[in-house]
Amino acid sequence: MVKWIMAKEFKDTAVIIRQEEIADGVYSMWLKSSEIARSAVPGQFIAIYSRDGSRLLPRPISICEIDREDGALHVVYQVVGRGTEEFSGYHTGASLEILGPLGNGFPLKGKKAFLIGGGVGIPPLLELAKQLQCEKQIILGFRDVTFLTEEFKKYGKVYISTEDGSAGIKGNVIDCIRENGLHADIIYACGPAPMLRALKEYAAGKDIECWISMEEKMACGIGACLACVCKSKEKDAHTNVNNKRVCKEGPVFLAQEVEF
Amino acid sequence: MNMKVNIAGVEFQNPVMTASGTFGSGAEYSEFVNLNKLGAVVTKGVSSEPWEGNPTPRVAETYGGMLNAIGLQNPGVNVFIERDIPFLKKYDTKIIVNVCGKTIGQYCEVAERLADQPVDLLEINISCPNVKEGGIAFGQDPKMVEEITKEIKRHAKQPVIMKLSPNVGNIVTTAKAAEEGGADALSLINTLTGMKIDVHNRRFALANKTGGLSGPAIMPVAVNMVYQAASAVKIPIIGMGGIMNAEDAIEFLLAGATAVAIGTANFTNPHVTEEIVEGIAEYMAEQQIKDISELVGAVRG
Repeated sequence: MVKWIMAKEFKDTAVIIRQEEIADGVYSMWLKSSEIARSAVPGQFIAIYSRDGSRLLPRPISICEIDREDGALHVVYQVVGRGTEEFSGYHTGASLEILGPLGNGFPLKGKKAFLIGGGVGIPPLLELAKQLQCEKQIILGFRDVTFLTEEFKKYGKVYISTEDGSAGIKGNVIDCIRENGLHADIIYACGPAPMLRALKEYAAGKDIECWISMEEKMACGIGACLACVCKSKEKDAHTNVNNKRVCKEGPVFLAQEVEF
Repeated sequence: MNMKVNIAGVEFQNPVMTASGTFGSGAEYSEFVNLNKLGAVVTKGVSSEPWEGNPTPRVAETYGGMLNAIGLQNPGVNVFIERDIPFLKKYDTKIIVNVCGKTIGQYCEVAERLADQPVDLLEINISCPNVKEGGIAFGQDPKMVEEITKEIKRHAKQPVIMKLSPNVGNIVTTAKAAEEGGADALSLINTLTGMKIDVHNRRFALANKTGGLSGPAIMPVAVNMVYQAASAVKIPIIGMGGIMNAEDAIEFLLAGATAVAIGTANFTNPHVTEEIVEGIAEYMAEQQIKDISELVGAVRG
């Protein structure tokens, strides 16, 4: 069992360093937040609060890159509703209330790895790719338009799949693994539930370690409200039932430990 | 300046409490809030056995509010006694344990298990809209409210607060029924039953279809119900429902609440409870109010 040292969580007023749209509806934003950048690890997330009083809940967004030296965080997110639409409208110098670093993060192991991302599940793998010291095969699955692919190329061999075949292999990430004849001893993945389900099955079939980052509707972000649970195979030590808190025990879980 | 309030013989250093279900047992929020500064921590509902709660999604945001259908997931009273009470005892704040059950017997079982524990009051949840048995089913029938209150009073060692549902025809009737049954205080309001439909995929936003609406959207309803109940019963009232700041909290006091509980606002600002304590103190200083009791029910007619 991997033990994580739980970093302290902060609420901070972060200032936007820069923001740009990098694909249709996908935004890249750098935030100045020294406290959070100092202790954040790959796979953790922040929660960004709306400035509009009609939107009460912070939006959980994964950390894409951590710049400890400059005390900055990079997030890449898709506009999916009014909250993210609001964030996308802010420019350099604007401040946002954020909470973080939240969740556990990916365990860093030295095995030959697959880093597999689907759509907006791709961003948290970038900091992981940076920090992992091993042979990395990075598999990125998109619907059509690709993003962040150049950034990933600095840290490993990148394989791309698109649903419409406009870039890389036509198909999904599993097709991409098969068509390229790839093998690994460990999987790190983040993406939509059907992709994670397929990877869980793939990893079980090959008997390889598989770490997945889960997503669920959240409220508090710190483990108090029990909104964002996922079913666990074993009884969880904290909840005393077969539920784990995605925001606290997760978002990263061993695939075989969770049921979804 | 005196901010102390008294409910059923228990003295609270100020009237600001946490609303059950939004604050766990305080451990997570203790990173953001000095629990020593709060009047009380009201815990998440505790049942005799562990409860798994509802399927996800369990929450959905609405305009100025949110829906939740957690389904009272909790680790059960044994884990609560071993882990959560010792944690809360480290702080100089009162402990109010929210109790839930599927049958009257289960509520009484929890009350009995807590009898010899260092718990200050029990808050009985007969108003959760998100569980099939117990919860709101008990809270909508005044006869049942009176009966369950009487029965719990027989088993409980600590003073009993009945937490009432706003999903009733007349809040005064249920408030009086609880008083008649021997309740030492009332908490109101719990959440209002609501629904949200995602038009893009034509699905219910919550797996449970319905959930409890909370947040500032419901505050005027809550203030009115607190005012109605306070005018009709002699026992003290803990007012809640959409409080976001000190001004909101003071509205509840003026409407007749002796204390207030902060729920959904914790999600919007994890420091909010402590800020509300400070904000009430500032208001009292500005208005030259020496004792907080001067505010309770002080709305001018």
